[in-house]
Amino acid sequence: MKQPPPIAENLDRGATSFGGRAAAALVPRRRISGPVPWVLAIMIMLSALAAGGALALSNLASSARGELAGAITVQIIEADAELRAQQSELAAELLLQDPAVRSLRRVPREELDRMMEPWLGVADAGDAIPIPDLLDVQLNRQASEAELVRLQSLLENDAPNSRIDAQSSLLEPVYSALTALRYLSFGLIVLLALASSSAVWLASRSAFTSNRETMEIVHLLGGADKQIAGIFQRSVAMDVFMGAVLGLALGVAVMLVIAGQFAALDSGMVEGGGFDWHDWLIIAAIPIAGVLIAIMTARMTVVSALRRML
Amino acid sequence: MSGGQGRIVTFDNVGLRYGTEPEVLSDLSFTLFPGSFYFLTGASGAGKTSLLKLLYLAQRPSRGAINMFGRDVITTPREELPEFRRRLGVVFQDFRLVGHLSAFDNVALPLRIAGVREADIVRPVSEMLDWVGLAHRAQSRPATLSGGEQQRVAIARAVIGRPDLLVADEPTGNVDPEMALRLLRLFEALNRLGTTVVVATHDVQLLKSLPDSLIMRLNKGRLLDPTGALRYPPRASFASTHSLGGDGE
Repeated sequence: MKQPPPIAENLDRGATSFGGRAAAALVPRRRISGPVPWVLAIMIMLSALAAGGALALSNLASSARGELAGAITVQIIEADAELRAQQSELAAELLLQDPAVRSLRRVPREELDRMMEPWLGVADAGDAIPIPDLLDVQLNRQASEAELVRLQSLLENDAPNSRIDAQSSLLEPVYSALTALRYLSFGLIVLLALASSSAVWLASRSAFTSNRETMEIVHLLGGADKQIAGIFQRSVAMDVFMGAVLGLALGVAVMLVIAGQFAALDSGMVEGGGFDWHDWLIIAAIPIAGVLIAIMTARMTVVSALRRML
Repeated sequence: MSGGQGRIVTFDNVGLRYGTEPEVLSDLSFTLFPGSFYFLTGASGAGKTSLLKLLYLAQRPSRGAINMFGRDVITTPREELPEFRRRLGVVFQDFRLVGHLSAFDNVALPLRIAGVREADIVRPVSEMLDWVGLAHRAQSRPATLSGGEQQRVAIARAVIGRPDLLVADEPTGNVDPEMALRLLRLFEALNRLGTTVVVATHDVQLLKSLPDSLIMRLNKGRLLDPTGALRYPPRASFASTHSLGGDGE
């Protein structure tokens, strides 16, 4: 009978971590694939769309706020046309001398008539119905409450029938609606992340159950929890990565189509909702976050199952 | 209990029960010495497999203390147990091979888990498969192997890492007498290299083939030790005829 072979002499244990193809082979691919990449693709697409919507609304609100931050409207509310013109003239002169005023424009009568046309018709109603004169003023600072009070007192003597409003206050309800929509979008993203984590949790648990015997063997042969969890993490990461890339591509495609349709409206306000490069970075980070969440979920699921073994 | 020199495993008043069932193992107190060869015998249902489960750390005892490699495994944090398991070689009664891996990959598994480089794995695994007569089946999956061949793969996997303690549950139950003897020589070779070997068996021929081995006889969950060989220190008359001792760490 021949001699037994030299058994594991001079082997360098701990020279490498248990990984790569040899470790991946412990979990057959077919057992962990299935609906997960598709579910993740849908989740990532919806998350990208929700994030895109939130960012567009945020940009829109910021842009509008920025444009209107220093804008005020001075109304000369005087029934007598002559007095109105006089006060309007004086108010313009006083305001132009004020260091806070960057520019001032008297809104022409024709423009006012056009603005009133939907309500008063095309006839020259200016004489029958007194319409206030309007001064469109741009300040070189924010139109704060204190600034409005100061300017109002400036006009008090020479244009007692003037009334000053910050233009941004007119859009306050719109800003509130935009803010609510933005929070709704973030809420949707959180819910989608939770739903994605649940899907990965179910898939990981199912994969672990299918491979439980193999994992028990690895465990009894000295496999550490992190090694075993690593095997599942790799499998989940592969599946989720494919789904994430697909989801992002679909999401961006849908966003570009919607952006094209809004651009066709040719509205100045809509233009403010365009994306900067850092907005695209945030959208590109969504699939990365999705993959990381999925990996963490898979790890926690498997480690929790392993902790039930000695 | 502190682990001392000359002991690789010490059981102190160990009992084991599953759930609320009566104890399957009771009052086990014994010591395994480094480089010794033990046969674990007893009738079916005596508790052999349960005792082996305690030895290969698949089960915690219900009571008592177990010291292994100089440390109390009951109080050792769970995260540190894999290090203990890597010093063990186990031949399971039902082989427990990974069904979708080849015979080669099954045997290589303990080395891969221990972090041995792929380049250093091929030779020892091939030599081991050759020794157990399965070089030509290296790429076969367990389902295509006979019961005896699967058992040989399981044994090759258990010894490939040159463990400090080898635990084998009926390792020759499915092989012919010639292969049984051959596998026993493999265990002997491993034993000569310093591995403590515990083999659970019913095979009387196997017991006779190694007259210097120590017998652990279980009866209804209790260990019979009429010679005092399993005590620490062993009974003087026994120790003088067996070279027990050495480094247990």
